Amino acid sequence: MLYREAGDFKTSYRDDAQTFPIRFDRRGYYALLAVAAAVVPFVINDYWANAVFVPFLIYAIAALGLNILTGYCGQVSLGTGGFMAVGAYAMYKLMTAFPEVSVLIHVLLAGGITAAVGVLFGLPSLRIKGFYLAVATLAAQFFLVWLFNKVPWFYNYSASGQITAPERTVLGWYVTGPQTTAATKYLICLGFVFLLAWIARNLTRGTAGRRWMAIRDMDIAAEIIGVNPLTTKLSAFAVSSFFIGVAGALFFSVYLGAAEVGEAFGINKSFLVLFMVIIGGLGSIFGSFAGAAFLVLLPVFLKNVLGGVLGWPTDLAAHIELMIVGALIVGFLIAEPHGLAQLWRLAKEKLRLWPFPH
Amino acid sequence: MTTKLASLAMALALATALPAHADLVVPDLSYRTGPFAAGGIPYSDGFQDYFTLLNERDGGIGGVMVQTPECETAYNTEKGVECYESTKGSGALVYNPLSTGITYQLIPKVSQDGIPLYTPGYGRTSAANGKVFEWVFNYPANYWDGASVAVKYLLDQNGGSLEGKKIALLYHNSAYGKEPIRTLQELSKKHGFALTEIPIDSPGQEQKSQWLQVRRERPDYVLFWGWGVMNQVAVQEAVNIRFPMENFIGIWWSGSENDVTPAGAGATGYKALTFNGVGTDYPIYNDIQKYVVDAGKASGAGDQIGSVIYSRGMYAAVVISEAIRKAQELAGHADVTAAEVRDGFEALEITDARMAELGLEGFGQSFAASCEDHGGPGGAMLQQWDASAGKWTLLTDFITPDDEVLNALVMEDSAAYAKEAGLTERCN
Repeated sequence: MLYREAGDFKTSYRDDAQTFPIRFDRRGYYALLAVAAAVVPFVINDYWANAVFVPFLIYAIAALGLNILTGYCGQVSLGTGGFMAVGAYAMYKLMTAFPEVSVLIHVLLAGGITAAVGVLFGLPSLRIKGFYLAVATLAAQFFLVWLFNKVPWFYNYSASGQITAPERTVLGWYVTGPQTTAATKYLICLGFVFLLAWIARNLTRGTAGRRWMAIRDMDIAAEIIGVNPLTTKLSAFAVSSFFIGVAGALFFSVYLGAAEVGEAFGINKSFLVLFMVIIGGLGSIFGSFAGAAFLVLLPVFLKNVLGGVLGWPTDLAAHIELMIVGALIVGFLIAEPHGLAQLWRLAKEKLRLWPFPH
Repeated sequence: MTTKLASLAMALALATALPAHADLVVPDLSYRTGPFAAGGIPYSDGFQDYFTLLNERDGGIGGVMVQTPECETAYNTEKGVECYESTKGSGALVYNPLSTGITYQLIPKVSQDGIPLYTPGYGRTSAANGKVFEWVFNYPANYWDGASVAVKYLLDQNGGSLEGKKIALLYHNSAYGKEPIRTLQELSKKHGFALTEIPIDSPGQEQKSQWLQVRRERPDYVLFWGWGVMNQVAVQEAVNIRFPMENFIGIWWSGSENDVTPAGAGATGYKALTFNGVGTDYPIYNDIQKYVVDAGKASGAGDQIGSVIYSRGMYAAVVISEAIRKAQELAGHADVTAAEVRDGFEALEITDARMAELGLEGFGQSFAASCEDHGGPGGAMLQQWDASAGKWTLLTDFITPDDEVLNALVMEDSAAYAKEAGLTERCN
């Protein structure tokens, strides 16, 4: 009844091809953007920013990046943590070497450096695929973490091997360092998420995205119809790594403020982002957000309910939390193997017909 | 939609989780899960039990009850940040996260929010320089002290010279394990021993290749910076390759009962540093038994009382409560703020007489903090494991570290931090 296309006429191809063709969807999207940009910054506090919104937004960028590679182009990667580390260490080296340049440019440059590293480690994808490629990217993960631990130049020879983000401002507002307010942290991440999600959406429905999907669905057939596997696979690695690099740079500089590679960017991070993509839905922009929200918010929510409301001992709460999250992941994937995005898609189909399904 | 519902419920959860403001709040960022729980559980139990004792026996500190809301970090920096943010609004007076990684994360944050950070025996060593680190305290001892004490002990064992000896440092490949490297490098130059650095990646359940390296290089001594599950594995591996246990020395975080028991009789002779006394021969344990355990208020399962790490958690609670007492004395009122507690930490003096009064005679070294000195004297003792008796025995009295080497390093590292963070020195 509410959610329908009747009466919503399109008179040009442009209108017909827009991201949200249904008016209700489109208005909902604008309303969400308005709330996210104009309301949340005024009500957010340190806890909500640091425990909920900032990690959610940053993981959403990483999930978008991995979704481009795995969901759209079909190349399984277990190197996400390592590529995030490249973004973080590039960011650190840039911030300390060129303090006069804006951090916004540094974030993009860190993404660019990660893209180059990603292309390098993407080269094996031309010869191997599937599980074999997963193992090759796993090697990237371990190699990169080892490298950042081993070579002191990357952490400016600090005694403990930790990297610490110096204070930097954008337009007079602190965006890194302890003086950053919750609202600026949130807004800077929101800005990057909005921009990158917009780019991802438009890349994936254009020529580049169609090439990626052709390679994903059947690489031999794609090659026969004229898709060049070399440029297609490497472009997917480049774009994906760019996103993941930006996520890593923000993760280190805006969110954590200090990091050590083994702990912050270990293999667990790779799995976490991969799970986000699988639970959210492979090959879906919305799915990246849904997956990130699921795996960032749910543990915090459960921790507050079990520990805070029910007053259970913290160790019991932490163990039960792991069990509940695990059970929910299994449950969701049995109910809908294509992830939360597919659930959302089905819900929309039903809503279109509601309340007269026949 | 589910997210909105979830956030609503979360807001509700948060609103109910905040403790009442009238009490003194000392958050306990503990870890009772994950690969480091073997150390996290006894530490948190000791920490909690001491404050329970103060509440039950004395009615709190200066007549105000103490609350220790616990938050599970699993030794993970992201969860540590979440815990810090969720507890700092509740009037938190001091943080003690028992994680060097989380400490590095919190140093800039606490300096901004004005909450003291107390990191006894861990954290950023150069925080000992109060001129740069206004809000951080790490007395009575830190990692560089530990490294220096271990080398001094070895000097003593070798008639004053380590010339031509080989020492291997086996360490947790993280900020924690890397802390002593710089000191040991300096000391190897000064005393002429050869230093081999062998990293073990976290969590360290697999150490075959590292111990193979030890076998191949045959160091005279192995110094060990491990934590959590890797301690047990290392002791077991050392037994397996028949490394002489008396030449294997762990830092204070690698010397608890949990670390040596699994290796059985072979672990006899293993040595570790400690900056507090071990065993239950201190009068305070009678009070803990009477007011905490018998009253059914012991934290956790109550099976850790008197263990090495438990005593250390209790020691941290002792120092924090003494700092709060000092703050109350300075401020002239009992309901102190975090800034007043910082002043209390800076003016804190713990004498041997005071330790005896607390029922802890000879348990810890006496020290007096000042504006410049947040690091304390840095002495440590050597303890040795006896598997047949099932207990640690102290081998030495407090050994003082080589301040000549350490002070220069502390100055250098803290100056680098001050420059990075744009700080000017205090106390001038």
